[in-house]
Amino acid sequence: MIIHHPILGPRDAQEFVYLGDASLIDRPDGMTAGVEAFHDYAYNRDNPAGEHRELWYHEQGDRSWLVVTRNTVTHEISRVELARDVARSRGRSK
Amino acid sequence: MRYSGFRVIAEALTGHKGWKPVWRDPDPQPEYDYIIIGGGGHGLATAYYLAKEFGQARIAVLEKGYLGGGNVGRNTTIIRSNYLLDGNEPFYEFSLKLWEGLEQDFNYNAMVSQRGIINLIHTDAQRDAATRRGNAMILNGADAELLSREQVRALYPWLNFDNARFPIKGAILQRRGGTVRHDAVAWGYARGADMRGVDLIQNCEVTGMRIENGRILGVETSRGYIGAKKVGVAVAGSSSKVMAHAGMRLPIESHVLQAFVSEGLKPLIDGVMTFGAGHFYVSQSDKGGLVFGGDIDGYNSYAQRGNLPVIEDVAEGGMALMPAIGRVRLLRTWGGIMDMSMDGSPIIDRTGIEGLYFNGGWCYGGFKATPASGWCFAHLLAKDESHITARAYRFDRFLKGLMIDEKGQGATPNLH
Amino acid sequence: MTQSHRVAGGQIDRSQSLRFTFDGLPYQGHPGDTLASALLANGVRLMGRSFKYHRPRGPLSAGSEEPNALVELRTGGRQEPNTRATVAELYDGLEANSQNRWPGLRFDALAINDRLSTFFAAGFYYKTFMWPKSFWEKLYEPIIRRAAGLGSVSREEDPDAYDKGFLHCDLLVIGAGPAGLMAALTAGRAGKRVILADEDFRMGGRLNAETHAVGGVAGADWANVAVAELGAMPNVRLMARTTVVGAFDHGIYSAVERVSDHLPMPLSGKPRQVLWRIYSTRAILCGGATERPIAFENNDRPGIMLAGALRAYANRWGVKAGDRAAIFTNNDDGLRTAIDLQAKGVDVMAVIDSREGGELLPGIRHLRGAEVIDSTGRLGLTSITVRQANGRNETIAVDALGVSGGWNPNVNIHSHHRSRPVWDASIAAFVPGADGPPGLLVAGAAAGVMATHAALRTGRDAAIAALGLAGATPDLPEAEDAPVRIMPLWHVAHGRGRAWIDQQNDVTVKDIKLAAQENFTSVEHMKRYTTLGMATDQGKTGNVIGLAIMAELTGRSIPETGTTIYRPPYTPVAMGTLAGRSRGKEFKPCRLTPSHHWAAEQGATFVEVGNWLRTQWVPKAGETEWRQSVDREVLATRRSVGICDVTTLGKIDIQGTDAGAFLDRVYANTFSTLAVGKCRYGLMLREDGIVFDDGTTARMGPHEYVMTTTTANAVTVFRHLEFCRQCLWPDMDVQLISTTEAWAQFSVAGPNARKLLEKVVDQDISDAAFPYMGAGNITVGGLRARLFRISFSGELAYEIAVPTRYGDALLREMLARGAEFEPIVYGTEALGVMRIEKGHVAGGELNGQSTALNMGLGKMVSKKKDSIGMVLSQREGLNDPSGYRLVGVRPVDPTAKLVAGSHFLEKGAAPVLANDGGWLTSKVFSPHVGCDIALGYLKGGDAKIGNRMRAVNLLSGLDTEVEIVSPHFVDPEGERLRG
Repeated sequence: MIIHHPILGPRDAQEFVYLGDASLIDRPDGMTAGVEAFHDYAYNRDNPAGEHRELWYHEQGDRSWLVVTRNTVTHEISRVELARDVARSRGRSK
Repeated sequence: MRYSGFRVIAEALTGHKGWKPVWRDPDPQPEYDYIIIGGGGHGLATAYYLAKEFGQARIAVLEKGYLGGGNVGRNTTIIRSNYLLDGNEPFYEFSLKLWEGLEQDFNYNAMVSQRGIINLIHTDAQRDAATRRGNAMILNGADAELLSREQVRALYPWLNFDNARFPIKGAILQRRGGTVRHDAVAWGYARGADMRGVDLIQNCEVTGMRIENGRILGVETSRGYIGAKKVGVAVAGSSSKVMAHAGMRLPIESHVLQAFVSEGLKPLIDGVMTFGAGHFYVSQSDKGGLVFGGDIDGYNSYAQRGNLPVIEDVAEGGMALMPAIGRVRLLRTWGGIMDMSMDGSPIIDRTGIEGLYFNGGWCYGGFKATPASGWCFAHLLAKDESHITARAYRFDRFLKGLMIDEKGQGATPNLH
Repeated sequence: MTQSHRVAGGQIDRSQSLRFTFDGLPYQGHPGDTLASALLANGVRLMGRSFKYHRPRGPLSAGSEEPNALVELRTGGRQEPNTRATVAELYDGLEANSQNRWPGLRFDALAINDRLSTFFAAGFYYKTFMWPKSFWEKLYEPIIRRAAGLGSVSREEDPDAYDKGFLHCDLLVIGAGPAGLMAALTAGRAGKRVILADEDFRMGGRLNAETHAVGGVAGADWANVAVAELGAMPNVRLMARTTVVGAFDHGIYSAVERVSDHLPMPLSGKPRQVLWRIYSTRAILCGGATERPIAFENNDRPGIMLAGALRAYANRWGVKAGDRAAIFTNNDDGLRTAIDLQAKGVDVMAVIDSREGGELLPGIRHLRGAEVIDSTGRLGLTSITVRQANGRNETIAVDALGVSGGWNPNVNIHSHHRSRPVWDASIAAFVPGADGPPGLLVAGAAAGVMATHAALRTGRDAAIAALGLAGATPDLPEAEDAPVRIMPLWHVAHGRGRAWIDQQNDVTVKDIKLAAQENFTSVEHMKRYTTLGMATDQGKTGNVIGLAIMAELTGRSIPETGTTIYRPPYTPVAMGTLAGRSRGKEFKPCRLTPSHHWAAEQGATFVEVGNWLRTQWVPKAGETEWRQSVDREVLATRRSVGICDVTTLGKIDIQGTDAGAFLDRVYANTFSTLAVGKCRYGLMLREDGIVFDDGTTARMGPHEYVMTTTTANAVTVFRHLEFCRQCLWPDMDVQLISTTEAWAQFSVAGPNARKLLEKVVDQDISDAAFPYMGAGNITVGGLRARLFRISFSGELAYEIAVPTRYGDALLREMLARGAEFEPIVYGTEALGVMRIEKGHVAGGELNGQSTALNMGLGKMVSKKKDSIGMVLSQREGLNDPSGYRLVGVRPVDPTAKLVAGSHFLEKGAAPVLANDGGWLTSKVFSPHVGCDIALGYLKGGDAKIGNRMRAVNLLSGLDTEVEIVSPHFVDPEGERLRG
C-alpha cells in the first residue's frame, strides 16, 4: 500500500506502523471518566467493512501520526491527515 | 451412510454408483429452535454437537457462501494445546482431546495427525518462558517436553545451526500437536450434522436480526425471514458485521492473515515447527506441499487478500531457518479475515439480547479450537451456561480486568 | 544422440551446440532451446510422472502452464525440484533428472497406483483409514507421505544470492506479445517511463510461435524490430525473463527476474534472481492466453499436447514432436497447427474437428463432426481412436496429437484483487471482469481479443487510455484479424475410462462426476474435494474444463458455476527470491554497542538482544566455564568496581514547557515535582493498566528531561510517547527525540565507582556534590557528557554517557586511569545476576501481563492525576488481594538447583492446575548469596514471605524445596547506593 503523507508525499506503507481505529484519539479524561468509559474506549471497536479512519505512525520517516481514511474492503485510501490536526479538530488540546 | 474401507472397496468395484450426497440442500424452514449463523468449522461443529451431544433438534446453519468456506477452508491446519494461561489451556486441551477421537466420532477421515509441534527457542528468556509454558501445560494434563539444541538438530539437522543470526538453542515440543486436513473437518461436521437432521443452508446471508423487547425472534436473510428461539453467531472475521445487526460493538478487529503453500516436495519436515526469531511457522502436508505462515498484515481489512511486505517477511523467516529451501517455490498465497480480539483470546458468551449468543474473537488460532468451540458453544446454547473449559471466555472480562493475554500485548489486536 | 526431431527454421542458434543430460543420458541442443524443446528435438517425449497414478507424461505445453514435464534441475545445493522443462532455458552442461518415480522414469513401481485407480477415486481417503485409530499415524499416513510429493529438496544451503529491487514507472506493460509491444511502443514514443516485462527469455509472445506476418514481415521479425526500437529508448526498460507475479494495493506489482537461470551458475557478484517491487499507478496486462485441452480417454500420454504448443515447437524451436501427427480441435486455431506442421514436413494424418459442417482444410484430411475418443501407447503415443461423424471408429497411428479446446485469457493478474472474470460465450472463455486492480487495463488475448491485429490495436489504445495521451496515434502494422470460431467441447462423452482434466494431480472427468454425485457442487468444494487446480500449474489448463463439466452436470450455466479465486503468485516463486539478502547472519540488522570492538578484542561472548549484540561476559585467561567469568564479574563489581555498556537502553530527550506535565501523564508516578539535577525511577503503564515499561528519567533543566527505557521497549515507548504527544495532547509544548544511538552509556558500579569516575570526569562528583539519584551535564576531558547516579546492581553506581563515537575511548580511558581499582567489564549475565540479587524487575517480570501491584509497586500509581493506564488499572480483576506478587526464592538446600519457569506448588500438593501457585520468572546463581536465587510471581506472595514451598519443573522432574523471601537479596536498605 502507499500512503500519501500530507507533508512527505507518497510513501510505502511499510515505512509505517499501524495502530488502529482513530477513535483512540478520543481518550476520556481520567480524572472525570470511570472504568466503563475507558473500557469502551480501549476495547470496543466499530470495525467497519468499508470506510475506516485509522492511525498510522511514520516510524521510518518523520514520526508523524496520521489519520488515514481507508476502505477496509478495497484498501482504497481516500484521505490522509495529520493526527495532530484531527485531534485538535476533535477538541483535544493539552 | 457409513464410511469404511470395505465400503470404499465395494463402491470401487461397482463403479462408485452408491455414494450419496454428503449433505442435503434443504430450503429454510419458517422457524427453528436454533439458528447457527456461519457455516464454517465452528458453526458446523456447534450444530453437530447440539444435535449429537445435547440432543437438540430443529437446528439450521445459515451460510452466506459455501460450507467450510471461511477460515476452516483457509488456514495452516495446525492443532496443538500449548497455551500458557489458565483461561486458555484447559479449553485447548479439551479441544485436542476431541481431535483425538474426532474421526471415529463423526466417521470421516480428517487426517488428524499428531506428528508433533516444536517451538524453537533462541534466547535464554525464551527458554524460561517455554519452561513456564511447558509446566502450565503439564499441570493442565497436556504434554510438553523441552528439547536441547542437539535434540532439535537430531530431528532436523538441515536447519540453520551454523550461520544463524539468532542461533537455535532448543525447543519446546508437544508430541500430541500436529495437523488436520482442514476442509475435511468442515465436511465431516457438515455430514454428521446433516445426518442428524440439521438443515445446512448455503448461499443464505443474514441481513438483519429481528429483536423485540430485548429478545431475538429470528433473522432476516437473503432467503427470507427465519424465526428462531435461539441464535448463535459463529462468523469469525465477519463478527462485527453480523453483530452490528444487533446493535453491538465488539472488542474485535478484522485483520487479514496470509498463508502460503509451496509446490509439492518429497518428505522434508515431519511435524510442525515454529521459528522463534522471526514470523514463520511451517509443516508439510500429506501431499507434500510446505504449508507456512507468519504474521497478520497488521491493518484492519475485510479484503481476504494481503500485501507483499508480509509475504517477504515470511519468506525471510523461512530462509533464515531453513537455508535449503531457497529453490523451493511458493505456489499459492491466500488471505483470510481474522477476528482479532483485544487480548488475543476468544469469546463464547451470551449477549445483552436474550436468545442471542456469540462465538468469536479467535484471532488466527481458531482452527485448532474447532471441536471445543463447537462443543462449548453448543453447551452454552443448549444449557444456557458456559462449559467448564470456556468459562473465562466472557465479554465482561475486559470490563473486569480479567484479560487472557497470552502474548502480553494489551488491547492492540494486530500484535496478538 | 542426434537431434532426430529437429526440422528447419526456428529461433535457435544452430551455429552453437549445448550439451546437457537428462537422467544421466547425454543430449545436445542449441541456444534458444528450452529443456523441453531440446529433449523433443532428441526424440525424448517421456519427461515425468503424474502425482497420484504415476502415469508416464511428456510436455503438454510450451510454456509456464506446464503440468507434466517437471524435472529436478541441477544438483547439490542448487537442486531445483519441480522445474518446468518447458521454460527451463538450455545452457551448456545442464543436468536434469526426472522425479517422483522409482526406480526409474520408464519403469516406476508406484505406477501400480494406476492399475488400482478405481480404489483411489476423488476423496477416497476421507472415507477410510479410520480403523484402528492409531494406524493413521503409524501406518497409513507414513506410507502416503512417502509416496506423495513431487521433486525432492537438497538439504544443502542454496549457494546462490538473491536480491530485491524497487522500480517506478509511468506505465508497466505485462507481457511482450503483440499487444504489449504495441502498448510499450505507444507509451515509449510519447516519452513516458515504461517497463515492459515478459516471462519469456525472448520477447514477442505468440509472434515467435506463429508464421503469419505482421507489417509485411514475419511476426517474430516485427517483434525483433519493435524490441530493438524500445531498447533504444532511454525511457523504456525492457525486462525479459521477468514474470509479473502479483498485483497488490495501490499500483504495486511484484515481479521476478531470472537473472542467472540460463547460466550454469550466476556470474560473480550477480544474484540468481531478483524480486522487483514495481510501483506504477498505470499498468496494462498483455499476458496473452493459455490454450486448454479437451478431455477424452487416455488423453494424457506423452505425445499428446496442446495444439498451439505443437505449433510453437515447430515454428519457434524447429522441433517436430512426432513424425505422424493429428490435430483434435473444436476451433479454428487448431487448424493453424495442422497447416504449420505440414509446412514443416510433418505428416498430418488427420484433423479431427468436433464441429460439424463448415469448410474443409485443403490438402489435409479434415474430419468434421469427429472426436478423438481414446489413445494407445504406454510410454508415448502410438495411436488414437477417432469416432467419426457417422459414428464409425477409426484407429490412426500417430506419435503426436495436438489438442485445442480453445484459449483462456490469462486473467490472473487482473483477478488478484478478487475480481471475478466474466464469461464471454463468443470465445467460450472467461475474460477480465470489473473491479480489477485500480489502474490496470487489459489488452490483447488477455482481454479475450485473440487476433493479432486486434491485439496490436487494443495494446495501443490501452496505452493511450492509461496515460491520457493526446496527439498522434501510432499507425498499426497490418496483421491477421481472424475471428474466433469455436464450438465449446469440454470432454468427449465416450467410454468408461479416465479422461484427464488436471494432468498433474490426476483429476479426471470421473472425479468431477463423483464430486457432483456427492453434492460437492460449488466450484470451491469441487476444487477442494478433487484437488483440481491445486498442482504446481495452478490449474492453468484444467480449471475451466472442470467447472464447465460441473456446470453441465448440475444444469447450471458456466457463469453461474463461476470460477475459484485467482491468487498470487501467477507462477510459483522461489523462496530465496522472496527472502532476498535477508538470510543467514544477514537475516536482521545487527546493532553493535560502542564497546563491542573492545569486548571482541578480549574474546568476549556476545548475545542477541533484539537486534543488538551485547556482551554477555568477558572471560579471563584460565576461565573455562561461563559461570567462572560471570561470578568473577559480579564479585569484582561488588568488591571494587565494574563497568557495563548500557547503551542499548532507550534514551529519549523530552523538552518543552509542558515536559513535566507530559511525563506526569505518561508515567504512573509524578515527574513534574522532580528537582532539576535529579533522577527518578518511573513506571509506565499501558492504557489497560498493565505495566508497559520502566526506567529512570532525569530532569536536566526546568524544561528538559532525559528518559531511559528498557532495551526491549526503546522503540515502542518512543512510538507511544509520540502518540500521546500528537494524538492525545496536541497542544502540549513538548518535543521528543530518540537519542539511543547518540549517546554511549556505561554503568560504573561498585564501592570504587566514584573513585574511578573521578579519574575521568572534570567536575566534583563527591556525594555532597552529586548525591544519590543526582543527574547532570558534565564534561570528560572537556568533552560534553552526562552523569546519572543510578543503580541497577544495588551498588554505588553511576551511568555516564558521552557522544557515541567516544564510547570506545571512554571505556578504555576508564579502565586505564582506574587501573588501581582493578575494574572489570561485566556483561549481561552479571548484570542479570546483580539486578536479581537486588530485586529489580526486568524482562521475565515485565512480561506484558503484570501490574504494578504484581510487582510490589502498586503504590507508585498515582490517582491524584490522570495518567495512561491509571483508570483501567483499578479494575477488580487486576486488584485481587490473592493475585500474583513478586517474591524472592532460594532453595532450602543451598546446593539445590532452581530453574526459571518452574511453578510453585505447596508441599505435598499434586501437580495439577488447581494447585498452581505461580512461577519462577528469573533465576541466577548468586555468588553473593552462594546459591541459586530466583524471582517469581506467587499467588498471594506478599503474605507468604518466610514460607517453604516447592519449585517444580515438570519438564525435567526437578522438585526443589524453596523458601519464599523478599526479592531484595542484597542490601535491602539501600545503604550501598547512598554510599
